Amino acid sequence: MRAARQVTADAAGLVDCSACHLLVRRPAADAGHAFCPRCGAALRRRKPGSIARTWAFLATAVLLYAPAMALPIMETATLSGVRQDTIMSGVIYLMTSGMWPLAAIVFFASVVVPALKVVALTFLLVSVQRGSAWRRRDRTRLYRINEAVGRWSMVDIYVVTVLVALVRLRALALIEARPGAIFFAAVVVSTMFAAMSFDPRLIWDNQE
Amino acid sequence: MKGTLLACHECDLLHRARPLPEGGTARCTRCGALLYRSRRGSLDRSLALTLAGLILFAVANAFPLLSMRVEANVQEATLLSGVVQLWDQEAFGLSALVLATSILAPLAKLLLLAAVLLPLRLGRTPAYVAPAFRLALGLQPWAMMEVFMLGIMVAMVKLADTADILPGPALYAFALLILVLAGVSSALDPHAVWDRLETA
Repeated sequence: MRAARQVTADAAGLVDCSACHLLVRRPAADAGHAFCPRCGAALRRRKPGSIARTWAFLATAVLLYAPAMALPIMETATLSGVRQDTIMSGVIYLMTSGMWPLAAIVFFASVVVPALKVVALTFLLVSVQRGSAWRRRDRTRLYRINEAVGRWSMVDIYVVTVLVALVRLRALALIEARPGAIFFAAVVVSTMFAAMSFDPRLIWDNQE
Repeated sequence: MKGTLLACHECDLLHRARPLPEGGTARCTRCGALLYRSRRGSLDRSLALTLAGLILFAVANAFPLLSMRVEANVQEATLLSGVVQLWDQEAFGLSALVLATSILAPLAKLLLLAAVLLPLRLGRTPAYVAPAFRLALGLQPWAMMEVFMLGIMVAMVKLADTADILPGPALYAFALLILVLAGVSSALDPHAVWDRLETA
């Protein structure tokens, strides 16, 4: 795979179609929006409003993180009583029941990953806004991992869904979802949108 | 594909495409992003897997996924049970989200791919193919069946202490479906599809 003399598409006056990756000559500045001749998608040089949008989604995720962790995500009613579980109390319950690996999976996926995603994207945004040239390749890798891993945080939501579907033997036990769950789902979705709005090419722009 | 100019979608560097050995991958020389892979017979393989996926999808929804037995009480659940239950409990947002990510997105992706690959295989390119393919690719991050599968397994282990959890036929279909979906992603060569559209 030979790099065509280390030129970026942007420097060559070309735009890469985000949908079908056709390279199209950049339209004149006053020509308004252009569309890809092959697939019809709108041609944008970089993801529109990437920095602003990513900040907005990250802020949303951070704001929602507190209620997502503090509010109960499900309520279990059995003959011995009613218990409310938050994400953390669910993890602790798994630990005290001896299900260590499960507790680790849920803790990592639901508590650690969203927080790390926010930290990583914040770091990427700040580094891009300061025009940093520090370890571009590694930063791109960080972005890639971020995008790939994000969806796995949804596992807790699906666990609640399955429990709600199965445990409804009214006399014996009943599980119901609680508001913490939708807050948590919103956090995961926000971080996913944040990763999708960030344009990794910004890491490589401004080569002096 | 030979000699075409390609831009890395992660660092914007221009590259000239070269033919690859069977199973080879082309990576950006500057940032290591995957540019394209050599996928022979991609159209046939993707189409076959897509159709298999649709059949498995039907099976996975038609039969019970799991059943839980405590003393004499048995509760069955299908893929949709959770969505319906959440809706009944007035957790509307949650219900809609689970429906969208575990059922609608994968189904839409399979249907759209079938609608794109089938005519292409028959040598035709109706007008809807380009937008349909774009939508199918766009839905990719929102189809979370494999995460759902992990959720099912965690829930099963959680309940195993207090009840008998029995897998239903749909569970096996679901597991196969996830493998098939992964197969579709790896067999599908978007460049080949776009090239066909261009030469139309």
